[in-house]
Amino acid sequence: MIPEFGHFSLIIALCLAVLLATVPLWGAWRRNTGAMALAPGLAMGLLVFTAISFVCLTIAFLQDDFSVEVVANNSNSLLPPIYKFSAVWGNHEGSLLLWALTLAGWTAAVATFSRQLPLMVLSRVLAVMGFVGVGFLSFSLFTSNPFARLIPGTPSDGQDLNPLLQDPGLIIHPPILYMGYVGFSVAFAFAIAALLGGRLDAAWARWSRPWTNVAWAFLTLGIMLGSWWAYYELGWGGWWFWDPVENASFMPWLAGTALIHSLAVTEKRGLFKSWTVLLAIFAFSLSLLGTFLVRSGVLTSVHAFATDPARGLFVLVFLAIVVGGSLTLYALRAPAVNSRVGFAGLSRETLLLVNNVVFLVATLTVLFGTLFPLLMDALGQGKYSVGPPYFNAVFVPLMALLIPFMGLGPVSRWKRDSASRWKAELLVPALAALACGLTLPLLHGDYNIWVALALVLAGWLLLGLVRDVWQRLRSAPSLARGLRRTPASYWGMVLAHLGFAAAVVGVVVTSQYNIERDLKMEVGQAETLAGYRFEFTELANFRGPNYLADEARFVVTRDGREIARLAPQKRRYLASGQIMTEAAIDDGLFRDLFVAMGEPVGQGGAWAIRLHYKPMVRWMWLGAIMMAVGGFVTVVDKRYRRQRAASAAGEVAHGAQA
Amino acid sequence: MHPVRKQRLIIVLCVVVFSSAAIGLMAYALRGNINLFFPPVEVAAGKAPVGQPIRVGGMVVDGSVQRSDNSLHIRFEVTDYQASVPVVYEGILPDLFDEGQGAVAAGVLDENGVLQATEVLAKHDENYMPPEVAEALEASKAMDAAKAKGAGE
Repeated sequence: MIPEFGHFSLIIALCLAVLLATVPLWGAWRRNTGAMALAPGLAMGLLVFTAISFVCLTIAFLQDDFSVEVVANNSNSLLPPIYKFSAVWGNHEGSLLLWALTLAGWTAAVATFSRQLPLMVLSRVLAVMGFVGVGFLSFSLFTSNPFARLIPGTPSDGQDLNPLLQDPGLIIHPPILYMGYVGFSVAFAFAIAALLGGRLDAAWARWSRPWTNVAWAFLTLGIMLGSWWAYYELGWGGWWFWDPVENASFMPWLAGTALIHSLAVTEKRGLFKSWTVLLAIFAFSLSLLGTFLVRSGVLTSVHAFATDPARGLFVLVFLAIVVGGSLTLYALRAPAVNSRVGFAGLSRETLLLVNNVVFLVATLTVLFGTLFPLLMDALGQGKYSVGPPYFNAVFVPLMALLIPFMGLGPVSRWKRDSASRWKAELLVPALAALACGLTLPLLHGDYNIWVALALVLAGWLLLGLVRDVWQRLRSAPSLARGLRRTPASYWGMVLAHLGFAAAVVGVVVTSQYNIERDLKMEVGQAETLAGYRFEFTELANFRGPNYLADEARFVVTRDGREIARLAPQKRRYLASGQIMTEAAIDDGLFRDLFVAMGEPVGQGGAWAIRLHYKPMVRWMWLGAIMMAVGGFVTVVDKRYRRQRAASAAGEVAHGAQA
Repeated sequence: MHPVRKQRLIIVLCVVVFSSAAIGLMAYALRGNINLFFPPVEVAAGKAPVGQPIRVGGMVVDGSVQRSDNSLHIRFEVTDYQASVPVVYEGILPDLFDEGQGAVAAGVLDENGVLQATEVLAKHDENYMPPEVAEALEASKAMDAAKAKGAGE
């Protein structure tokens, strides 16, 4: 009964979404206040009914209702309850429902927190989000109904959740990632609403900016969680594979990064308006493209769920409508929103333009690498695969090119700046960064030019920011006043840029100094890696709630002192018989020690063992967390609240200094 | 120069410089870093290049997996039921690698027609088949059917 109830709610949600996509839009067109005023209520209704539907599916999972096909295929009575819960989105149908729920959540949030918007704008924004909702809810209902029953033929037990997904990281990774993915629909909706209204001004950028920052922050966090999960759960110590589906989430992030910087220019200076709109369309289209790549199974990937051509076609058509429709609208309306403000060659605008170009080029190179195999296959040129070397070769130089400009950004001034002022401000930080970069790798013993370069660049970012913060606080009458006077969005920027620097250091140091060894080891044997002695002390059997495991026990010592006890496992899951590697990791700020079991070798009880020494690998995840926190911090900025009190209509760009 | 025009010039220059840099990088990066998939039947027919990175995929032949007793050296064959290709690999295999299951090996073909693999990928759950492998098997099935038909006539 409960699944039918969920199914019914989902149908109601779709009806509400159809109403939301049409009635307020009609109202905005006919200047009908009553029709426009319906939008917030419809948005709340959409959230309520999608949530009811989601809760019903969750109940089916928690109660082991194997008459529901999705539950039978993805759960098992032995599965621990928390994984029964996360199994809701550990499959195609459920993850799509989660997507719809996230979208409904964002729509309701816009309806709740944007009451100060002119009704016309609000109704258009919500209508566009309603339209996206129609797409995803009908995708869910017509091609992948999560409530399909297996009656008759109900199995006595389920086939179990893929063991790879039985992990705490996977409980939170998809929802957080979706928050980011789907969050860009808000920026998209604001952009389309602005095009429809023909008014692209600073006020528009100010409304959509906090939403975009939050979505970006969620996406950052989601990607970071995915990378972290791959690191410890896929078993082999890699943290980024340039897998098509990773790229699918990374491309909206790159475009989104360009978007949040371009929005800053539009808000502060009223420039780049058409460009910002285009980026908003682009970022959301990439989110949809990502969905298409993941859901259609056209690409070989660890993330591909079961494939079904109808689903791929549906997303592709929806993608074509969204991209085609919004670009047509853009072509019709964008020229009307041209700007007439100038800026000098040396100015913050130019630096942000560099940011935009670099991130856009990076997005396009990743897009090209991701779609190249599809393209060649479609042309009948054979089945190619584009590997990590391609992506590294294009991506790393682009980022290296970006950072020198990124260091200048925060200290630069809007409109016009001078090289001599930059020199006065940044000469000391530049020299200090150079000195740090050149000397610090000596600490490690073997000098590495790439690490030196990364440290110079990261030092340049860090010291430039430190200098800028110091200047700001020094010019204030007191430290407390200075802190109070500095807007939250500034601190958010500082945090995000520092996080980026930390991530760069983490990525380069761990790639360059990583030591990895695959060995055959027996009990009693020991191996030394980067000064750490890994001794294989014992081989044991272990019984978990729904699996049996071989467990290798290691004692790690350094100079005779015990550092850690590690117990990697090789698990066999009872329901599916699937084999899983569970790595054991001793984590630290400056190094991770990683042990994983391969397979038994020979007859003597020996195992293939993988040992890793990964210096500073945590820095990239900590850096990503700092970036995300920075994104969240910008939202509490006073000026977004002040705007709420003031009438938002008729706002003009004041170019306030930030 | 007029400020607006100057500003446009800056924008255009930025775009041109960065996109040409990116295109150059892309062309350079693509040259050595893409690899083409070959079904075993084409490798056996000598259609696959020797000494270049390629991928070969199919089913792991039953009973073909030979592991060394004292190292992580492994040798196996993949087949599309038309022909099979020997693969050697040193290292840890993925969890779901097994005889009679689909696998894709990436590496370089040597003069003896043995694939020196640097990476072996297996399916990641029991329902999933790498699309290339599925298609190669599909093609060889279709070929079988055509042959049977030809023989019948």
